[in-house]
Amino acid sequence: MKQKDPDLLLLHAPLLRQGMTTPSAMRDVLYALTPATLAALWFFGLGALLVLAAGIAGAVLTEWFFARLQKRGETLLDASAILTGLLLGLTLPPGLPLWIAFLGGVVAIGLGKVIWGGLGHNLFNPALLGRAFLLATFPIPMTTWTSLRGDESFFHISASNLALPFMQTKVDVVSSASPLGLMKFEQEVTPLTNLMFGNTLGSLGETSGLLLLLGGIYLWVRRDLDWRIPVSILLAVVVFSGCLTLVDAVRFPTPWFSIFSGGLLLGAIYMATDPVTSPLTPRGTWIFGIGIGVLVVLIRVYGGLPEGVMYAILLMNAATPLIDRYTQPRIFGR
Amino acid sequence: MNTLRLLRRNFDHGVHPAHLKQQTEDLSIQRVPFVSHYVMPLGQHIGVPCKSVVEVGERVERGQLIAKPGGFVSTALHSPVTGTINEIGDFRGADGQFAPAIQIAADPYATQQLGSSGGIDWQPLSLEEFIGAVQMAGIVGMGGAAFPSHVKFSVPDGIKIRHLLINGAECEPYLTNDHRLMVERPEDLLLGAEIVRQKLGAEETIIGVEENKPEAIEILGQHIQPEQSVRVVPMQVKYPQGAEKMLIKTVFDKEVPAGQLPRDVEVCVNNVGTIVAIADYFLRGVPSIERIVTVSGPGASYPANLIVPLGTPVREVLRFCGGLKDETREVIMGGPMMGRPTASLDVPVLKGTSGILAFTDAETARPQEYPCIRCGRCLEACPYFLNPSRFARLARARMYDEMEQYSVMDCVECGCCTFACPSHIPIVQLIRTGKDALRASKEQPE
Repeated sequence: MKQKDPDLLLLHAPLLRQGMTTPSAMRDVLYALTPATLAALWFFGLGALLVLAAGIAGAVLTEWFFARLQKRGETLLDASAILTGLLLGLTLPPGLPLWIAFLGGVVAIGLGKVIWGGLGHNLFNPALLGRAFLLATFPIPMTTWTSLRGDESFFHISASNLALPFMQTKVDVVSSASPLGLMKFEQEVTPLTNLMFGNTLGSLGETSGLLLLLGGIYLWVRRDLDWRIPVSILLAVVVFSGCLTLVDAVRFPTPWFSIFSGGLLLGAIYMATDPVTSPLTPRGTWIFGIGIGVLVVLIRVYGGLPEGVMYAILLMNAATPLIDRYTQPRIFGR
Repeated sequence: MNTLRLLRRNFDHGVHPAHLKQQTEDLSIQRVPFVSHYVMPLGQHIGVPCKSVVEVGERVERGQLIAKPGGFVSTALHSPVTGTINEIGDFRGADGQFAPAIQIAADPYATQQLGSSGGIDWQPLSLEEFIGAVQMAGIVGMGGAAFPSHVKFSVPDGIKIRHLLINGAECEPYLTNDHRLMVERPEDLLLGAEIVRQKLGAEETIIGVEENKPEAIEILGQHIQPEQSVRVVPMQVKYPQGAEKMLIKTVFDKEVPAGQLPRDVEVCVNNVGTIVAIADYFLRGVPSIERIVTVSGPGASYPANLIVPLGTPVREVLRFCGGLKDETREVIMGGPMMGRPTASLDVPVLKGTSGILAFTDAETARPQEYPCIRCGRCLEACPYFLNPSRFARLARARMYDEMEQYSVMDCVECGCCTFACPSHIPIVQLIRTGKDALRASKEQPE
């Protein structure tokens, strides 16, 4: 028999592992977002693609820069920077100047992730932090909703997309209000079918509710997603806004409108479920989700802004460590 | 979830590794030939090492006592072979440490027939006599932990054992030694169970078997006599179904309180192999001198289920199985989830060695480790509802006291967390580091 002893390794058990890895989970989310992304490109044209590309480029380049600085090569391999860039891009209006989208990607990774210590250490969802920065810095372009492509060629690029960096932030374009804006300021309800299929105004990724749900189901099947978070968010929104509708059906939107309008599905399925910034414990995720749902309705109905998903998620992100601490599961036999 | 639980009881959490038993589950147990040298470590069970009662140069018969118990939580040791005592000294074990052991040179001309005349009349024995007999037979838990069985049977006053639970879960992938024992020796298993049940005064015997062993479940069912109070409970295939406390949860839907033992919920758990060893001793007078070992894994040329005399070097067992494949990179003693790697093939098979598994590059490749993304899969996997990700973080920061505050000592190191981690963080390995450091600091106060 051949002498094997000198070659033997001493790795400790368990040697067996289940197949999923962190990069494959990140890639699954990218796959899940593909249909909704393609729909956004179809509805908004080439300009939308450029906005997404700018957001992703900002995120990936920042990640690469800091990975080089810290001499850690592996952080680019896990696809999390691409995902952050894509998620950020999907929350931006299609007519946004490209340099703003790029800046958003830089801030999302730089301030949202790297300064916390990299992947797994950040308190807030990086994509939403980037968007919050942009909304605070460039409020007008961030709330200017260009119209759908309609009969225009796919390759038509809105002039506002190509605004010069730091010189122009505002470019006059034909724009109108998003469904939530219409509801809030003019009590005008957009038909539900438009909301579900995506031919309404809004940020890139928040328009097509059905495709977002489809991706969510894919993630649930692949066990990449804690189903409790989207379910509890949507339940809280339905119950809370349902109660309000019962009181005054004209002033307050119906639960179905609340679910399919704005960024709720995008946020509930793809952003609130970011494992890094959501609670670990099952009871904690219910509290987290219900908190987001209630905050969304509160901000939308009573706040100064038509949309509140971003702030709702960021606020509950901040509460996550505390939620985790107080919802530790009972230990077996104790 | 609750309706499902009514249909079939189970423990919560756990993981589902591929069971990988196909290589050996249909192979009959065969006997390994005797080899030239045997090494019997004096501390191959949990507890106090035994004390040698032989001298160098002395001739010993197969089955003869060579070391007596060193205390109550200790057991006897018998020669696995007829031959002469070659050396009494320190030998390297699988963990790399030197430990006292007795080396026996086999007599190549001996018949190796057992000197013992036959069984022991167990009926008139009192519980104390029975416990003493089990201790002197050297019988320990054969599932892998090697905890002396007589200690389990010694119940303090005021506690009554009502259920004898026999562990045939064999939840570790690859291993099929318990499976083959149930299939090939059901009569002995049931007789051994009857002896233990009567001596403990338990009301019934329950044999828990995972559903991936339908043959064992069927054969045991055929051999149970109607008047016997024995039940076979098929259980879901889930790791670690065979952990004592998980088994009790599945079968009785009871949680053994932390820090307590199965006897505190009126249950005594024994492995299938242990019960057969008890049957061997009381029916045929054979003490614990051999055990069933599964040789398997991707690096094993000819996987097998073998009867191996204790003390046989792993190298000889592997040689009998056609040696290791060239791509073998690691040999594990025990199962792939909880077993221990060995650096040398000269280490002997011990009472707790349920398997010898050879793994290749594919299993031993160290995958790129990623940061913890707090996905919570380790929490969902941990059968004790602990927070393994936090233990891993604290262990890396050497914050061992904090680990203790979060009940790290409740961890049984089943490895579910490492199995489940998508970032390939060696969680259970880090937890072991922390537990070892805590034990060390307890033993040596400043």
